[in-house]
Amino acid sequence: MAGPVIWSVTISFTNTALTGRNAKDPSWVGFENYTRLLHDPGFPVSVWLTVVFVVASAVIGQNVLGLAIAVLLGRVGRATHAIVTTIVVGAWVLPEIVAAFAAYAYFADDGTLNQLLAGIGIDGANWLYDFPMLAVILANVWRGTAFSMMVYEAALNDVPPEITEAAVIDGAGGLKRLVWVTIPMIRGSIATNLMLITLQTLAVFTLIWVMTKGGPGISSTTLPILAYQEAFKFQEIGYGSAIAVVMILIGAVFSVLYLRTLRPGRDS
Amino acid sequence: MTGPTAAPTRPRPLSMASPRRAVAALAANVVLLVIGACFLVPLAWLFLASIDTAPSQQTRVPTEFTLEHYAAVLTPERTLLPLWNSTVLSAGSAIVTVIVAVLAAYPISRYNSRFNTPYLSAILFGTCLPITAIMVPVYSLFVRLGMLDNLAAVTFFLAATSLPMAIWMTKNFMDSVPVSLEEAAWVDGASAMRALRLIVLPLMRPGLAVVFIFVFIQAWGNFFVPFILLLSPSKQPASVSVFSFFGQYGTVAYGELAAYSLIYSLPVVVLYIIVSKGIGGSFAMQGAIKG
Repeated sequence: MAGPVIWSVTISFTNTALTGRNAKDPSWVGFENYTRLLHDPGFPVSVWLTVVFVVASAVIGQNVLGLAIAVLLGRVGRATHAIVTTIVVGAWVLPEIVAAFAAYAYFADDGTLNQLLAGIGIDGANWLYDFPMLAVILANVWRGTAFSMMVYEAALNDVPPEITEAAVIDGAGGLKRLVWVTIPMIRGSIATNLMLITLQTLAVFTLIWVMTKGGPGISSTTLPILAYQEAFKFQEIGYGSAIAVVMILIGAVFSVLYLRTLRPGRDS
Repeated sequence: MTGPTAAPTRPRPLSMASPRRAVAALAANVVLLVIGACFLVPLAWLFLASIDTAPSQQTRVPTEFTLEHYAAVLTPERTLLPLWNSTVLSAGSAIVTVIVAVLAAYPISRYNSRFNTPYLSAILFGTCLPITAIMVPVYSLFVRLGMLDNLAAVTFFLAATSLPMAIWMTKNFMDSVPVSLEEAAWVDGASAMRALRLIVLPLMRPGLAVVFIFVFIQAWGNFFVPFILLLSPSKQPASVSVFSFFGQYGTVAYGELAAYSLIYSLPVVVLYIIVSKGIGGSFAMQGAIKG
């Protein structure tokens, strides 16, 4: 796995292209790809969209919703438990491309969401064109929450009941128990989960590609889409690799952040 | 207290049978069912559109049922060949991955070496690496080596991408096999490889099945890698041919698209159920997560 990373970094310093003179004989161009990247008006937009996508759909959406579902699952009967986990996991088990189509049909202009909204008297928007980021974020939450839910359910089962009981006797209400007792107890799982879903979300390509193709314009072009377009549509492998390196760096920054904030020492 | 089913009985947290708790439980039920309904709608569309005579993007119970969409897509060149390609890719990469993962995990699990921790950290980093980030350089690598559009090469690449996770899981499963059994085999004169083959592997068969299925599901659902590395339609797996359904024929035939999607999804759903019911769902998770 280290091979592609080193290869990627190397290539990003060259002007490799798929066709033309540079395809046969790529030359070393130093930081040119990176300086070009910094001057590309699309690049900051793309970085920003990627960060928004990761934070909104993984860190907030999947993570919080997953935890909420896991907590609630501990309080309901077996029938509800079975129904809800089956449905939520169902969206996750489906192959990515199928899930992307289902999400596309759901958010399309005359799709299901607008049909439902019309049912309660609201004239829905054209989600994929007017709010492409919102649509892909919601779609990713829909698809990915199951993973967080399963991780947190397993983690919550490991919290010893005595500790929760002690908190109940001390008069802590449900929310207080969650914030002050349960969440600190499962801190390790939260860090692991956040790291995994962040890096997964960072790499999401299929979902966005099927739903919006990065458009309209560049309004939902996250870094994977940008790298794909530069490398394969405009055939500039070196430039695309530079974008890939930026992506790996963003992933590394997120990972270090989680490990630092959520795992002080080895006490958990 | 030996229940016949594996379903964990959740101890109700300290029921004091106060009305407030009953209300809270009801609220939890309602909230969960609402969330479930939200998650269900797109899935329901997929199924309903596949049996509707006049499918659209809207979700509705069809007035007339039909199976003609299934009949339309179940032809050799539209479905069976891509599905066969998918099977070759997924099963091939899963077999390669399991073999390599076992060989790699054995020394990590059994011998204390000072390289273990850095090695495992590197593996963990590899697990996390966004696949889309390495695709561009991998493509140029494939071009250089002349392996573009080569099914075997893509199979090995898929195996390589799933290796870190597989080694990690295999190591954790292997840790739970007691060393004393192998020691007995060594005393009887078995070599390390022989002990691995005859003692360790049979004992961790369920674990290996989990790893195999895990890799298989990942490869089956992978769209991006074959989309970029395989060019000729006769070699493309189902994930890519689903996409061409959508992109090439102008107006999208939603019924056929949905029917095909469901046929394509069926194997992974079945495998997932096998893992979660047959071999133990939380066990599988444990192998992956526990450090």
